[in-house]
Amino acid sequence: MSGIIGKKIGMTSIYDAAGKNIPVTVIEAGPCVVTQIRTKEVDGYEAVQLAFDEKKEKHTTKALKGHFDKAGTTPKKIMAEFTRFDADHNKSYGDLVSVDVFTEGEFIDVVGTTKGKGFQGVVKRHGFAGVGEATHGQHNRLRAPGSVGASSYPSRVFKGIRMAGRMGGVRRKVINLQIIRLIAEKNLILVKGAVPGANGSYLILERWS
Amino acid sequence: MSKHPLLQYVDGFTEIQKLPNFKAGDTITVHYKIKEGEKERIQQYQGIVLQRSGAGKVETFTVRKMSGNVGVERIFPVASPNIDKIDVNKRGVVRRARIFYLRKLTGKKARIKEKVY
Repeated sequence: MSGIIGKKIGMTSIYDAAGKNIPVTVIEAGPCVVTQIRTKEVDGYEAVQLAFDEKKEKHTTKALKGHFDKAGTTPKKIMAEFTRFDADHNKSYGDLVSVDVFTEGEFIDVVGTTKGKGFQGVVKRHGFAGVGEATHGQHNRLRAPGSVGASSYPSRVFKGIRMAGRMGGVRRKVINLQIIRLIAEKNLILVKGAVPGANGSYLILERWS
Repeated sequence: MSKHPLLQYVDGFTEIQKLPNFKAGDTITVHYKIKEGEKERIQQYQGIVLQRSGAGKVETFTVRKMSGNVGVERIFPVASPNIDKIDVNKRGVVRRARIFYLRKLTGKKARIKEKVY
């Protein structure tokens, strides 16, 4: 899995050569720094750790500062590990990874944290249809969850019954998004369609093939 | 909130051709390029503008026409390279920017007063 860390800028649309309107998400990705190499002998698995986005030194703990010093780089805001980043093991501490890890037209997966929706009912959260009708004397059951189980047996509600609660703000992966355009001089990646999260949130872009 | 500079940079790839000014209530003819296999021809679509929606390079407009008894609405992106040209046939007098009430009206009621200069 090779990849890069990015930041969601926002959505817009561009036109292809045939005049077709393509909705795209603009992602500012990299350049990322290799801050650690995980090896089989030391860590038990192989991976490459990348770091992205400048952070002020006064906001960095001394422990993290040492970690970044080892790679010879300034403190960064976010780090992520990529297993099997390159088969040839030719990455070393402090190497830069930029958008050219991908090529235009290929399909990648994007991981992000979805927008938090707060405490939501079952209609929005789980797609329930509500109970009964809106008219014919019905009242205040329109968005209710309905029955949550039987009565004296089992005399309890089973675990895992879908109910109202906190929605959103969880890690989600969207697979097979096509890269429409790579703009190397501005470190931009344009992928087709939407990605999880608010504008300005961090994303992990990965390719598994 | 203003648009992120990088988003403006990406928007810069799209070019909007010069179109005449029109707004909701106007009757316009959109000359639209259609590709059929290798050949390209131009189709005309005449109707009343219901709304202009969005801003900048992602702005669209909706044109409604009656095709026989059936209402047809088409949404065109303003930046679409497939728009050959737009003719403004009539300037209508309407009081709002989005005239969805027109959908419910038929016959004599569905007329829009023309603007006289």
